[in-house]
Amino acid sequence: MEQLNGAELQMRNVSKSFAGVPALKSVDFGVRGGEIHALLGSNGAGKSTLMKILSGAYEAEEGTVEIGGRSFRFNSPSDAKQAGIHCVYQEVDTSLVPHLSVSENIFMDRIASSKGEKWLNWRKLHDQAQTLLRRIGLSLSPRTLVRNLSLSEKQMVLIARLVAEEAKVAILDEPTAPLSIEETDKLFRIMEGLKASGIAVIFITHRLPEVFRICDRITVMRDGQRVLTEQRENIDAAAVVRAMLGRSFEEEYPKLSADIGETLFSVQGLYAGPRVKGVDLEVRRGEIAAVVGLVGAGKTELSRALFGADPVQKGTVSVGGRRADLRSPNDALRSGIALVPEERRKEGILVRESVLHNLSLPILQSISRLGILSGAAERKHADRQIAGLGIKTPGVSQLTAYLSGGNQQKVSIGKWLGTEAEVFLFDEPTKGVDIGAKSDIFRIIGQLARQGKGILYLTSEFPEALGLADRILVMCDGVIVKSFARGEASQEDLLYYASAGREELA
Amino acid sequence: MKKLLLPFTFKYGALVFIGLVVLFFSLNDEAFFTYGNLTDILRSISIVTFIAIGVTISLTVDGFDLSVGSTVSLSTVLTATLMVWYEMPLIVVLVVSIAVGALIGLLNAFLIVKVRIPDLLATLAVMFIVSGIHKTYTKGYSIYNNMPMADGSTAPGVMLPEFLWIGQGKLFGVPFPVILMLLAVIAVHLFFKYTRWGRQMIMTGGNEEAARLSGLRVKRIRTLAYVASGVFASIGGILFASRIGSGQIDAGAPLLMEAVAAVFVGYSVFAAGRPNMIGTFVGAVLMGVLANGLTMLNIQYYTTDIIKGAVLVLALAVTFIHLSRRKA
Repeated sequence: MEQLNGAELQMRNVSKSFAGVPALKSVDFGVRGGEIHALLGSNGAGKSTLMKILSGAYEAEEGTVEIGGRSFRFNSPSDAKQAGIHCVYQEVDTSLVPHLSVSENIFMDRIASSKGEKWLNWRKLHDQAQTLLRRIGLSLSPRTLVRNLSLSEKQMVLIARLVAEEAKVAILDEPTAPLSIEETDKLFRIMEGLKASGIAVIFITHRLPEVFRICDRITVMRDGQRVLTEQRENIDAAAVVRAMLGRSFEEEYPKLSADIGETLFSVQGLYAGPRVKGVDLEVRRGEIAAVVGLVGAGKTELSRALFGADPVQKGTVSVGGRRADLRSPNDALRSGIALVPEERRKEGILVRESVLHNLSLPILQSISRLGILSGAAERKHADRQIAGLGIKTPGVSQLTAYLSGGNQQKVSIGKWLGTEAEVFLFDEPTKGVDIGAKSDIFRIIGQLARQGKGILYLTSEFPEALGLADRILVMCDGVIVKSFARGEASQEDLLYYASAGREELA
Repeated sequence: MKKLLLPFTFKYGALVFIGLVVLFFSLNDEAFFTYGNLTDILRSISIVTFIAIGVTISLTVDGFDLSVGSTVSLSTVLTATLMVWYEMPLIVVLVVSIAVGALIGLLNAFLIVKVRIPDLLATLAVMFIVSGIHKTYTKGYSIYNNMPMADGSTAPGVMLPEFLWIGQGKLFGVPFPVILMLLAVIAVHLFFKYTRWGRQMIMTGGNEEAARLSGLRVKRIRTLAYVASGVFASIGGILFASRIGSGQIDAGAPLLMEAVAAVFVGYSVFAAGRPNMIGTFVGAVLMGVLANGLTMLNIQYYTTDIIKGAVLVLALAVTFIHLSRRKA
């Protein structure tokens, strides 16, 4: 197999603009065979544009791509693949055929190409797939249908495919975002394997601890420019964050002080579906209570049940001493509960609707008289939220699809601020949100607490819980297994209870 | 040039196209662009427009109602029999027909919202049921004044003149069904633009789960949409019976597709890319103008369908090219 083997891929002076707005300004970026290279930057910093140019999805306006001294110009993703550059996108399902086997998906190009053999030798195909899977350390059966695989396994099939197609450069676009800790470990072992076989791995992520765990070199982009490339051992996390933000990050988790009052929200013996099995918890006025747990612990299911989005089998929930009605989200909202859901674009906002219409959605009743909407009241409410939350949008009539992830999340939060909600449930609110918008969101949550609301913050990002919460509840396998006051727990403690609890129960 | 021309086509293409078609027919036949003929066109589309309003509403909540054609048929024979067989007063005739339309809407809503059958399949089934009911009810006969009854006697009643006036009368020189249609179009347009329920329907259609998780009672909203669809279809049936002066069997079946076509042409108006009332009305007008103008050119009615279909394809192409460009 021809490899880069220390030979370099080098992008030189790459520029690109969209509708006159520069997205990349004369960027140089290089990777070597046999290294794992982290590519970091806030949303909009230009890293995905750069990778799309490298993988042939976009065409650069200026600049060249050189591999081992040879200059290339990619007009399509297949050009880039020919040159050995492969990309595993976040949306793995778009690259796989669900009703075909693992083997067929791995060797898809070979099977589909006209140069391939005329007849398929199934046994040979499965054998080759088996060998390949074993080589990169996977224990999947090659005959399994892809639709029966987990998301993490699908990623691995795509990685196996790029190995089969003799990739020299593998771009992994935020592969760890949806993975559990165990799955991430497994992925990292496979990435080490790719590295050992001489492939250059470009690893895009928002999670700094992962970068320092596995990467050899780190490149940071900001505002369409490369601002830093450094060996891992010559740099620390603070410097990387500084480079990403362009300013020092005074406090990663701004913690506003709030007066904690009487018990506001109380949940007793809640059972809902197979993943919520007897949850007890309380949130007081002005308090931020975090529920942490691994992926699959039942956090999302808990938040949906508490908002009436999924049926509750058993248990009582009360807000301010009054029993809450959880038969539907409408009832939950009337009881004073609001949810900012995890799947922002599918559940939190309507992407094909304007910022204005999204923000007014839950308060249509209060801005209308006899059913007639007041345009002025709607507008006033939207303007207040846009200013108050710092939503960056060209205007109220902008479709929310065109906002950045962080601003979409602010809309998803802002729509509740005109309601009577007292208890706010946040399910992974920083998922896919860049560092700048993250601290905005923390600040908004802190302000809500200061106004005497009760916050239940569900997350699998332990540092967020440690930085933000007054109390941390560890959830494992559908129940709360441990509670810590602020400052009592370390990340290791949380991880221990989040995973050990599961073993005890199993 | 290309940069300016494309968005213009998406936004105003349908209107410009109607203008060109009208111009073409006017130049071909002097009789086309006359007050008499233009009001004729509007009167001819009034029934389809009422059905299309119902289709617009069900599509707005991201549903679909195939049963409107049968509802028109049932409402047509029901109004006729109430007068001809049972000699009911006008108000009872109207109230019963509209109530039956609402009931069919409730049945649709029950199957779709509660039992969770996909909308197309549920309303397909209801379409058959209602169609069967209306033929069983009349034993397959059309209903007309003094018709012979099964026992050999003659039907006691006649179609009331007040009732016939709804479909045939004029107010200030304008056919009454045209006035009704325009009022309904304006009312529904205002409903979607300025009322809470209209907005809730649009948002529910945009993303039902997100709407539900924003506290909207989406089941109630969708039920309301299907009931409205049934009611507008039964008004279409009333107009049909009063226009023809009898209760024809299977009157509504061909009108369903005509109405659906009008709604989809409406997607392209002002580049809406979604069901909208003004667009639906423009679509209905376009279909009416084509039918009328082509008849004047002595083109057979079955050939007319080819042209209508082609126009629908054109409108859909414009809409979906525009939508996919916007996504990119």
